[in-house]
Amino acid sequence: MSTIRVRAVSSGDTTVVQSLIQHPMDSGFVKNKKTGKLIPPHHIEVLEFVHGGKTVFTALWGPAVSKNPYVKFAFKGAKKGDEIKVSWVDNEGQSDTLTAKIG
Amino acid sequence: MIQSPDAPDRARRMILKGAAVCGVAGLGLADMTLLIGQALAADAKGWPAEAFKQKNEADVLKALYGKTATASDKIALDAPEIAENGAVVPIAVKSSLPKVTAIAILIPHNPYTLTAAYKIPEGTEAMVANRLKMAKTSKVIAVVESDGKLYTASKTVKVTVGGCGG
Amino acid sequence: MLRKIFIALAIIVGTAQPLLADNAKVDPKADFKAFREYFLNKFPNLKPNDFVNGPYSMDVGLRKQWLAIEEFPPYQFAIDRGKTLMNKKFKNGKSLADCFPNKGVGIRQNYPYFDKKQGKVVTLELAVNQCLEKNGEKPFKYTKAKMAAVFAYMSDTSRGKPMNIKVPNDPGALAAYKKGEEYFYTRRGQFNFACASCHVQLPGKHLRTEVLAPALGIMNAMPIYRSKWGGLGTVSRRLTSCNKQVRAAPLKPQDELYRDVEYYLSYMGNGLPISGPSSRP
Repeated sequence: MSTIRVRAVSSGDTTVVQSLIQHPMDSGFVKNKKTGKLIPPHHIEVLEFVHGGKTVFTALWGPAVSKNPYVKFAFKGAKKGDEIKVSWVDNEGQSDTLTAKIG
Repeated sequence: MIQSPDAPDRARRMILKGAAVCGVAGLGLADMTLLIGQALAADAKGWPAEAFKQKNEADVLKALYGKTATASDKIALDAPEIAENGAVVPIAVKSSLPKVTAIAILIPHNPYTLTAAYKIPEGTEAMVANRLKMAKTSKVIAVVESDGKLYTASKTVKVTVGGCGG
Repeated sequence: MLRKIFIALAIIVGTAQPLLADNAKVDPKADFKAFREYFLNKFPNLKPNDFVNGPYSMDVGLRKQWLAIEEFPPYQFAIDRGKTLMNKKFKNGKSLADCFPNKGVGIRQNYPYFDKKQGKVVTLELAVNQCLEKNGEKPFKYTKAKMAAVFAYMSDTSRGKPMNIKVPNDPGALAAYKKGEEYFYTRRGQFNFACASCHVQLPGKHLRTEVLAPALGIMNAMPIYRSKWGGLGTVSRRLTSCNKQVRAAPLKPQDELYRDVEYYLSYMGNGLPISGPSSRP
């Protein structure tokens, strides 16, 4: 299953996009309760939204973004039925991508 | 998986960065292995590593945008007065300023001041809602880049239960 | 009716009077009415259905943050995981779905119930593990992860349905209900708090940094995704952590007393909507 959930809804010329991503977003400041050692930072760095070949929103995230991160933004020029592609890359080089239909 | 070529000096900087983040002397062998393993994964392309290392507003803005900012009343910063829990603070920024190309959110009392920066291309609204961690009570600063200039608005959010694992 | 409230409050206030000392007949319907009236009178501006939102029904600032999170809540992943687990085939070809009416969809509001044959209260969590064990599968740990995910899925399919707990006129059921009620009103731990001390006497008030939730509808919101936990927790998780919070030795998850108190509290939430899984501070 993808780590990415996205809800994109068009109303008139504006599409509101909400995305929730499953990711620990470890800050590097929290200790493992059992071992007492710091859990290394592991967080998404770049999150990108692309519509019609054009990047419509880019998020540059650090370790202070909450676990299972969420973002909401809005853009013009899309309509119901269009596709929006969501991709992220984290500081360990892991990544995921998902293409969703705009409703 | 995204693979990137790794220059030796970059790996060296990554190891130093890893040590700084953990900030604990006397790391064991297992820790070093973990750090080195991490160090070999390069940061994502376009990620402003330097800006994310800064510890105050001025240095973040300098590293991110190379500019200073002035206050604006055309930025709506929506953040709670008292955070339910510092681990998940819903914060939203909206601006009526013209030609917005970027929004960033700074929390000076966090270990690193910059929490998130957003690129707003033409056709995208000057608005973002997200959920951020706050280590303790702090000013939250919304930065908006409008027509090449930087503007800010801020609000203090009280945090009783810290978001960095307290 | 009013006498029952006074007895209950007497326990909270700490007099020596035991609950139902004169061994009056156990009357869940009368208790239900008294319990409901107590909370509705205490919070006259709240709609009855709003009680299931716990601290968010009690505090405006918290409520606003909660609504922001509810726009796209983090427990979504657990719901999806729960659905997968519900339908995952065991070694013998069956699945969890086969153990439940309607494949586990839209039935959460009927749990817990008193199982006459087993002579005990069966909670949703217990039912899941009984199913696993019956089919030769390893049972889930009660407090988080897989159990919480399955609970989340089942609850989500019942979202909005009224809680529908039955306490039949049966000696076993009535005894379990009564034990649950007693547990709820009994002080314990180094802090000498009863569940009722916080959730009946002081809902809406602050206990250190937390706003206390009302006991009315408290089970309707399970399982809960707590910001504090950074994850989902079941009834078992909440009860054990509540015990620890008052410095009482926790019982084992799904201990008879835990199941009985879940039975009692769930019954008290009858008619109010299932709101779980839900977020909490």
